[in-house]
Amino acid sequence: MKRFLNHFFYVMSENPVTVFAFSLFILIILTALFGPWLAPYDPLATQAANALQPPSLQHWFGTDHLGRDVFSRVIVATRLDLGIALSAVALSFFIGSALGSAAGFWGGWTDRIIGRLSDTIMAFPLFVLAMGIVSALGNSVENIIYATAIINLPFYARVARAETNVRRNAGYVMAARLSGSSDLRILATQVFPNCLPPMMVQISLNMGWAILNAAGLSFIGLGVRPPDAEWGIMVAEGATYIVSGEWWLALFPGAALMLAVFCFNLIGDGLRDLVDPLRRT
Amino acid sequence: MTQPPFVSIEQLSVDFRTRNGIVRALDKVELSIKKGETLGIVGESGSGKSVTAYTLIGLLDAAGRVAGGSAMFDGMTMTGASESQLRDLRGREISMIFQNPRGALNPIRPVGKQIEDVLLRHARASRQDARAKAIEMLQQVRIVEPEKRYWSFPFELSGGMCQRVMIAIALACDPRLLIADEPTTGLDVTTQKATMDLIRDLTRERNMAVILITHDLGMAAAYADRIIVMQQGQVVEAADVKTLFTRPAHDYTKKLIAASPGPYSELDDLTAVTNGPADAKRPRRVSAADPGQQAAAAANKFLLEVIDLVKEYPHRQKQGWQWPWSKPDDADSGFRAVDGISFQIKRGESLGLVGESGCGKSTTSSIIARLLDPTSGDIIFNGQNLTTFRADQFAHQPQRSLIQMVFQDPTESLNPRYTALDAIAEPLKRLKKITAATEIKQRVEKMADLVGLPQHLLTRFPHQLSGGQKARVGIARAIAVDPLLLILDEPTSALDVSVQAVVLQLLDQLKTELGMSYLFVSHDLNVVRLLCERVIVMNRGKIVEQGLADEVLRNPKQEYTRILVDSIPHFEPDNL
Repeated sequence: MKRFLNHFFYVMSENPVTVFAFSLFILIILTALFGPWLAPYDPLATQAANALQPPSLQHWFGTDHLGRDVFSRVIVATRLDLGIALSAVALSFFIGSALGSAAGFWGGWTDRIIGRLSDTIMAFPLFVLAMGIVSALGNSVENIIYATAIINLPFYARVARAETNVRRNAGYVMAARLSGSSDLRILATQVFPNCLPPMMVQISLNMGWAILNAAGLSFIGLGVRPPDAEWGIMVAEGATYIVSGEWWLALFPGAALMLAVFCFNLIGDGLRDLVDPLRRT
Repeated sequence: MTQPPFVSIEQLSVDFRTRNGIVRALDKVELSIKKGETLGIVGESGSGKSVTAYTLIGLLDAAGRVAGGSAMFDGMTMTGASESQLRDLRGREISMIFQNPRGALNPIRPVGKQIEDVLLRHARASRQDARAKAIEMLQQVRIVEPEKRYWSFPFELSGGMCQRVMIAIALACDPRLLIADEPTTGLDVTTQKATMDLIRDLTRERNMAVILITHDLGMAAAYADRIIVMQQGQVVEAADVKTLFTRPAHDYTKKLIAASPGPYSELDDLTAVTNGPADAKRPRRVSAADPGQQAAAAANKFLLEVIDLVKEYPHRQKQGWQWPWSKPDDADSGFRAVDGISFQIKRGESLGLVGESGCGKSTTSSIIARLLDPTSGDIIFNGQNLTTFRADQFAHQPQRSLIQMVFQDPTESLNPRYTALDAIAEPLKRLKKITAATEIKQRVEKMADLVGLPQHLLTRFPHQLSGGQKARVGIARAIAVDPLLLILDEPTSALDVSVQAVVLQLLDQLKTELGMSYLFVSHDLNVVRLLCERVIVMNRGKIVEQGLADEVLRNPKQEYTRILVDSIPHFEPDNL
């Protein structure tokens, strides 16, 4: 553990961008955890008299058409958006990399079936597929997660397959066979951990993408339903007021969305360096 | 007559910036080359021999910096020259042949086109006659059917052919200096000899100066006029070939010469210089003719008996989806990697398996290690036929721990995420079913002592260990489960000569201490002879010759063995 911490600090000192990305990430996590207590107002409380106020000292990000505080709603929405993205990415990472590494390791029919399966998923326009899944399964947060996970599966499967494939005949795999390890154990303990560095980059890029996807689904009215605070819905609701000059409704949740995606895209390299033992001296 | 030297490097120092501060890669290196002379730069990995050459042609990478001194080429200072000046010189005046010919060629461009590129870049040819000139170059490097090969892609050519193409590219513009950086690493001995002879003939014809960078003293002796020996960024000795080998002045040179196995050297000689007479106490190699050993061998006959082993690969493996009813092509009988070989290994005996790449020696060793299934044939090990188990089920058999293997590349055979301790502990946990952490640690430490690996290194990851240390981890891992047969697949080919010497001695010592049998797979007859009593020479999947190691090496009966033995470059002071 101490070694890992040392390495963590080394990776941080090596690259200021990583420091920035990680601090932003921690900020987002904290907001997600403590959002409801941090928000100055109740995100759902309407105040018709106060509707569509521009940003001021009382309402930093202004108020929306029902008089709700935009700042509070942006903060509270972090938990929902991050939750959707994290669980969707985790689901597709575990299932996708398991399928992919099995395909890469054993080849043959396993590879063909899994390969064609992921090709089939990729053959659809992904966002349309997600829309289809959500409307078929029903309009709920869980189903958004499942849809996002399913459309991300092939990417993990492909990365894992390629990475496993080049390593399946490596010397240390042979050595593990000689030490009496079964195929499954070799895959789990020798091959898969070595495929992690490129997967980490994939995960972080995918996180941003998953948030956008969830927001996109909410934007067109699937998934999260009003009055729940969610960045995508807030942008969708605010979009109608941009023409009439109430720009703050769409801008601030949009900016939060952008910041989160930006952070996840930046964090990839740092994560990879963390899990790559070759970077330790 | 004092003519200014053609190439001279004076007091050259180069620093590299690394994570752990500045490292001095070259320290006041001095050398000079006359026109038409071949200079051999010899040293072990990390001695700075490549850095010297790279600095001379200004190809130092971004972390490196010339800290002092100068490099002159034909009256021009190279260390301060601008990039465009250098670019003009490279290829036209100075050219280079790299270590890995296949990697140095562009994989998606016909080789002829790649020769043309150089000619056009330096205006040695016009668009009209470039093709003819390129074909002429291919002819000069003795490539058969140059018109046809002009359109070949690198992956269609063998390693030796690729190196010939590299030579053609390097010599296309008639440079005056050729830098050959380990030009034959990864090539077979016979190909190595052909390649080096070609380089020598072509450069003599053109009166070119050559810098030959190599770790192989034998090769430097055979092809260089003068040799400089480098160690840790310094030139420790510079002399002409004869003086260097007959009267080496520096201790390091002596150590290197001793560590390079020649046709008559003994295992103890390899480190004679460093270890001194104290080493003589080590028990001598027990020969197969030892009477006690023979009696024991007769009692339980052979440890391993291989009978008519065949491994066949389908000629053309169909890719992708096939119709379930489509039949495999019966017309192709397939390629026989191993073609009906039989041999035996006695208890406590070591057998050498020698041959060039593609002769089937690695396939044979993988089959015996039960990592691969044979097409037919039997492997009787310790009185039991191992071919009754499939390779993928063999991991669970009790015999698994009795056959272990040490791999060719110590780096590649260690999992980069496992510390040395974890790597050695893995077979103990799986095969010996030891679960208690303290017992595992004890066992691993014992193994580390046995192979001479300092215990504080056990917590390190492979990339934090040197080549020799990694080789020791690999050996410790293999012997941790008390095998009866240890298969050594070129265990020293990736190591420096002095490390190789130590590892070979370690292996010999372990054999006498633990009573294991070895199957030693190698392309280097001299190394095999040091460790093995008997040797088998393989070619194209068949056994060409077998017999006592000294016998086969000194009086080869078959033509193929003779070529193999003759191709090994070595230095014999009498013949110089």
